[in-house]
Amino acid sequence: MELTSQFIQLIFSGLTIGSIYALVAIGFVITYNITGVLNFAQGDFAMLGAMLAITFVSMDMPMGLGIILSIGIVVLVGGIFERTAIYPARNASLPTLIIITLGVAIAIRGFAILIWGTQPRSLPPFTENNPINVLNAVLLPQSIWAVGISLVSLIAMHYFFNKTFIGKAVTACVVNRSAARLMGIKPEWMSFISIAVSAGLGAIAGIIIAPISGATYEMGLMIGMKAFVAAVIGGLTNAPAAIIGAFMIGILESFTEGLWTSGYKDAISFALLLIVLFFMPNGLFAKASGKRV
Amino acid sequence: MNHSKVSELYNRHYGGLFLFIAALVIVPFVANSFLLSVLILVGLYGIVTTGLTMLMGYAGQISLGHAAFYGIGAYASAVMTGTYGMPGIVGILVGVAFAGTVAVLIGIPTLKLKENYLALATLGFGIIIFTFFKELKEITGGLNGFFGIPSFNLFGFAFDTDLKFYFLIWALLIVGILFSKNIIDSRVGRALRSIHGSDVAANSIGVNIQQYKLKVFVLSAVYASVAGSLYAHYVTFINPNLFTAMESITFLIMVVIGGSANIWGGMIGAIVYVLLNELLKEVVPMFFPNVGGEFQIVFFGILLVAILIYMPQGLAPTLGKVWRRLAGRKNKKAAVTGPPNADATVGGSKS
Repeated sequence: MELTSQFIQLIFSGLTIGSIYALVAIGFVITYNITGVLNFAQGDFAMLGAMLAITFVSMDMPMGLGIILSIGIVVLVGGIFERTAIYPARNASLPTLIIITLGVAIAIRGFAILIWGTQPRSLPPFTENNPINVLNAVLLPQSIWAVGISLVSLIAMHYFFNKTFIGKAVTACVVNRSAARLMGIKPEWMSFISIAVSAGLGAIAGIIIAPISGATYEMGLMIGMKAFVAAVIGGLTNAPAAIIGAFMIGILESFTEGLWTSGYKDAISFALLLIVLFFMPNGLFAKASGKRV
Repeated sequence: MNHSKVSELYNRHYGGLFLFIAALVIVPFVANSFLLSVLILVGLYGIVTTGLTMLMGYAGQISLGHAAFYGIGAYASAVMTGTYGMPGIVGILVGVAFAGTVAVLIGIPTLKLKENYLALATLGFGIIIFTFFKELKEITGGLNGFFGIPSFNLFGFAFDTDLKFYFLIWALLIVGILFSKNIIDSRVGRALRSIHGSDVAANSIGVNIQQYKLKVFVLSAVYASVAGSLYAHYVTFINPNLFTAMESITFLIMVVIGGSANIWGGMIGAIVYVLLNELLKEVVPMFFPNVGGEFQIVFFGILLVAILIYMPQGLAPTLGKVWRRLAGRKNKKAAVTGPPNADATVGGSKS
């Protein structure tokens, strides 16, 4: 019984962290599909969302309002980022664009140091955080919030891209950029929307992880990189596969941490990245297409 | 191809170089000890960024893991000389062998892929190596660091003062730059330029793209490893936090500032970065008295974006013009000539 309860416990924490990675990974996939850019600032949007929410809540703003306000601000930041850094360089080479997003990432991180300092901060849980006992394992309500909000956001994204007019226009750009342009869709405008939406998803991820593991100015780096691994496992262009990849990484991490050592946790995730890159560069779930080779 | 074109391709004008070396020899005797230590740091970074400049400018690849190669060199030297009491050169060679082998292992699978998967692979690799530095406590000392690395000793001559070390580092940097320059002007360099023109065309006339990219990647790893070894001897104390992903990004920033289209760009970037960094550490606390940590990165982040958008060739071409004017060779296109793709900082086409 001892072993099963530990097993369930690890699954719970894996799903919690996996749901965070899933949100950020979806942001990667959306941005990559539309702009072809690996956005290294994605994780820092999460940090920004968390930090803003913590600031608003500490100013005695109602939590819901504070959270919505911080998501809104991060969406705005994402939009400004697209207009000022990606749009002017849209004709540059791919490596140049990647380095630009890196530059934005460290600029955001630097602003966070100037504004919030280097000390870790934390956000109170969304609701009372009394542990719930499930099958001899402890489940914190915040974990349910995390998984729940992620799932709702992911469903909302699905709805946005398949049912709404703007979402369909964005999807059209992914399918065939020039055909979309002929239909009167502006791909540049779609790139703006996709990065702003991705930034919002990142902010949500940061806000729901903040009550669980706190927030620091450098949290974005690790969240971003793990989500990267998830997106690559999913093949970078496939959103559902990236979500599965994210939960795989989350569970792999919690099991490594729980059963072996926390020290090598990161090494294991990135070893998985290398293995996937070396042997299955189109992702674990792709049919052989040879596009990237 | 007429004669002027040829000299443009293989610019062998060493007049400016002699002036530069003369300046390098004089500077340490007028500099105070702080400036000397800053210049040593510039030289060490310069060695790393020269390799990285070749990788970015001529092979069109970015690496986000060069701090790991730098760290491999540093720990190889630390363990070989500190733990086993071997001569300094053994440490360097072990580091080079290790870094080179790892670079081959990572390079072979990823350089076959398009779309800069090398960036992702090196990022992951960098974090794995960092974790090993942190966790292999019996060998590396873990997060507490590795103490008591002896000063560098080459065949009985000890580089035990900053002044001696300065000359060692800068001599090595100049040799490294000239070596890279020769490579660029050789068969390998021509092959790399043809890759820039068109992957397909280069391949069809028998240029093995992957092989050339791999060679440059391995060479850049070796440069970083050698610099890391010497860094360990210089500071005598290292810990894993010196070799994080952020450090790799710092190397990248230096290359972008200097401009990867020119082999001197790496060194110029290292100079500008280190000096700006010191300046910012002095100035910013005057306005934000409570600031801590690496607040300078906000400035470098913005600078990085601004340079890539408005000055994608980096500082090297501009400085090159000034330099030629100073050296009195207004009309000759010498010393600074980039690869043919004038509009892209980092090579490679958007495919």
